[in-house]
Amino acid sequence: MSVGHRVTSDRQLARLLQIGIVLEEVVEARSYHHYQSLDDAPALDSEIESLLEHAAAESAEHRKRLEALIEDLDAESIPFEEIKTLVEAQYGGTEPDDFDDILYDQLCNEETAYKFYDDLIGALRASDESFGIDRDHLIDTLVEIREEEADGVEEVTKLMNNR
Amino acid sequence: MNTADQYVKAIYLLQQMENGPASTGALADRLGVSPASANEMIGKLESRGLAEHEKYKGVKLTDEGIVQARDALQTYCIIERFLANVLSVSEFRAEARELEPVIDDLVAERLDTIIDRNDDCPDCFDPEADACCHLKIGTEGAETEQRAD
Repeated sequence: MSVGHRVTSDRQLARLLQIGIVLEEVVEARSYHHYQSLDDAPALDSEIESLLEHAAAESAEHRKRLEALIEDLDAESIPFEEIKTLVEAQYGGTEPDDFDDILYDQLCNEETAYKFYDDLIGALRASDESFGIDRDHLIDTLVEIREEEADGVEEVTKLMNNR
Repeated sequence: MNTADQYVKAIYLLQQMENGPASTGALADRLGVSPASANEMIGKLESRGLAEHEKYKGVKLTDEGIVQARDALQTYCIIERFLANVLSVSEFRAEARELEPVIDDLVAERLDTIIDRNDDCPDCFDPEADACCHLKIGTEGAETEQRAD
């Protein structure tokens, strides 16, 4: 066991990026599922609809950017299709109670993703290890994704406060 | 998981293994740190009311420390289960140890939504094996359950 926040190998980095992909899958699946459930709602809320649509698209984009980083690392792959099926199955049967429930869940998703990227960036900066991919490109990509998650937190909070 | 959580978790497990206070040496060995570092952190845990240290005997957790240690152990169990059952990582123990400092409990909570953790968690954790007792340790079949309840 090692105490301290550091990332020291391609394998460890790849694993962390894979965890990021799973978190994005969760956000995407939940946003999509909640978005679909709005179809049945008595009064469609266009602001929430637009927020969820944007969140699902953004998560898909983040996932692709993380996958591109992993491809260049010296690490074994993981069964992404199986994970996608697992995540979708987990949320297929759940229904949010109301709009507030949807927004709160979305806020948790965005905050969790933000915290994950923030910790990962901190761990990378705490180490001067070099990886199979360009260190600056890696950190810049993660910082951009983290900032988009921060924007997401702000958007959901604003919407919640206006309701 | 922050450093204090890693320490209280390690003390908790050592107390179980030693059936008494955890010695500073054993704690340092388990965490891969020097005895001086371990002593310094024990002092911090004492000042936060999480642990009590008795000279020549070792360190033991207070009630508050035990609650925090069990939460940390639960987070660790989620990481192990996620690696073994979702990512099919056979060496999930070694990888969980590497990832532990970087995975926050908020993140673990979200990962927990896609794994089937047993109700007995964190009592499912075997300190000797350093693994959840429901996971099979080895290079194959990491996703299968070791013990059926």
